Amino acid sequence: MQYKTNKLSSVIEWGTLLSTTLIVCFFLIVIIWEIVSKGASSLSWEFISKVPSEGMTKGGILTPIIGTVLLTLITALFAIPFGVCCAIYLNEYAENNWLTRTIRAAIRNLSGVPSIIYGLFGLALFVQALQFGTSLIAAGLTLGLLSLPYIITTTEEALKRIPNSTREAALAVGATKFETIKDVVLPSAMSGILTGVVLTLSRAAGETAPILFTGAAFYINGSTGYINQEFMALPYHLYMLSTQHQSIDQVRPIAYGTALVLVIVVFLLNLTAFYIRYKYRKNEN
Amino acid sequence: MRYRTRILIDKLFKGIFKTTGFLVLALLGGIFAMLVYNSVSFFLDIKPLDFITGMEWAPTAKVPKYGMLPLIISTTFVTLGAMIIAIPLGIGTAAFISEYAGKRLKNILKPAIEMLAAIPSVVIGFLGIVVVSPGIANMADLPNGLNALNGAILLAIMALPTIITVAEDAIHAVPNAYKEASYGVGATKWQTLRKVIIPAAAPGIIAAVMLGVGRAIGETMTVLMATGNASLIPSGMFDSVKTMTATIAIEMGEVPYQTTHYYALYAIATVLFFMTLFANLVGEFFINRFRKYHAV
Repeated sequence: MQYKTNKLSSVIEWGTLLSTTLIVCFFLIVIIWEIVSKGASSLSWEFISKVPSEGMTKGGILTPIIGTVLLTLITALFAIPFGVCCAIYLNEYAENNWLTRTIRAAIRNLSGVPSIIYGLFGLALFVQALQFGTSLIAAGLTLGLLSLPYIITTTEEALKRIPNSTREAALAVGATKFETIKDVVLPSAMSGILTGVVLTLSRAAGETAPILFTGAAFYINGSTGYINQEFMALPYHLYMLSTQHQSIDQVRPIAYGTALVLVIVVFLLNLTAFYIRYKYRKNEN
Repeated sequence: MRYRTRILIDKLFKGIFKTTGFLVLALLGGIFAMLVYNSVSFFLDIKPLDFITGMEWAPTAKVPKYGMLPLIISTTFVTLGAMIIAIPLGIGTAAFISEYAGKRLKNILKPAIEMLAAIPSVVIGFLGIVVVSPGIANMADLPNGLNALNGAILLAIMALPTIITVAEDAIHAVPNAYKEASYGVGATKWQTLRKVIIPAAAPGIIAAVMLGVGRAIGETMTVLMATGNASLIPSGMFDSVKTMTATIAIEMGEVPYQTTHYYALYAIATVLFFMTLFANLVGEFFINRFRKYHAV
């Protein structure tokens, strides 16, 4: 082949790969543009500070916002200690034997289990077996279980980055293993752990399938926030407004507004994680 | 603090850490036991073969039919459609980011992919209703666009970040010596990419695709909102479909506890569990092969 045709074809080839990338970016832009351009008009202080009224055709989305915040809080309270302890065990204590390998394989499997199956498990365990009923606590714990494998994996990665000499220095001056972990290893790995935790919680806050049967409610009148009662949540509210409501067209602006608030919450959490990671890398250098 | 208390605390926490490790095993065991227990209750009523090969899913009919073939075919249909869209886009993007994009472009593209991954599935499903559905309805002249094609497009978007990230890692991990050898014998950048880099990264790319498949099969909200949910065996991409995940999501809220229908939904979940497990295990197998291959 001549050199010239080679040059032309290399431009075409570059263009092909570029266009696939542009299509992917196009998806992202369309999603954000659609949500922001149509959701911005319903966004106001009233929208996020008022409870839904008149069959959810009027008013704001305060109840689902409170629900999602409390739900994520329960998820965090359950999954963070559990996940971090497990990661500490795997990275600091566990020997490389069949048992450890089995636990690691279990964690990898758990992270691939579809979220709807976690929903079924939460229904069978928390709602029915433990008699919590469909409630905030049942849904929060279900999301906590779903978040566990991610928290364990990211925490373990953060722990791995701490050089062994740090641990040896602490042990050499007479600290016990637990004191080494508590006072030396965990503080140095803190920003890495936080990054993983925040990213996991942002994912949990947007999940819908696991809370479908464990406590999310169509509508709650009046006071909310009791852990033994049903709750409204942003993702479920969006699902319900766009498919289940009796006058779907009338509530569409509220649906757009809810989608925008949900996306903003998730992106803010992600930005927080990126900021922590950025600061951490900078300090490391 | 006294030495003995310190040792005691040390031992106590070692015990706590170890317990959490075992609890993770118990969690997977618990999920598995729940699926098996409820499925067995179901198979006491319905023969497993009738369940897997039955052509009709009508659990609320006068004579209930529990054939899950339409659901399996629907899930396969939507997942295959999603992969036809996502595989070329994903690998192309991964190759572009890894081989062609400069450092500054990379710093824009990578966070963009992470943003796409962060968007909740219910928001993507919502866009399926308000953007993709009218689009398909217009183009194909249908009353509405809630069908398999819509679900496939949305699932492709959901699977893309996974595919791009894993494939990009694989392409990036190909040793520079391979490329240099290829350039050394006069190959162009494209020839090097197609004949050297992609084949060398192939196990990693297959892993990327399988992890994407696992993600697509298990995804609930997008297909629930965008595919129309008619439990028939689909004959084309413009037919409405009801996937396994959507069936569980819709019907679990309506069935009374501990009826055959209730157990049937757990049986579907068991099949779903093994399908995603299989996809993930194949993906993992190829990731390990890729690592071994490049460690040598």
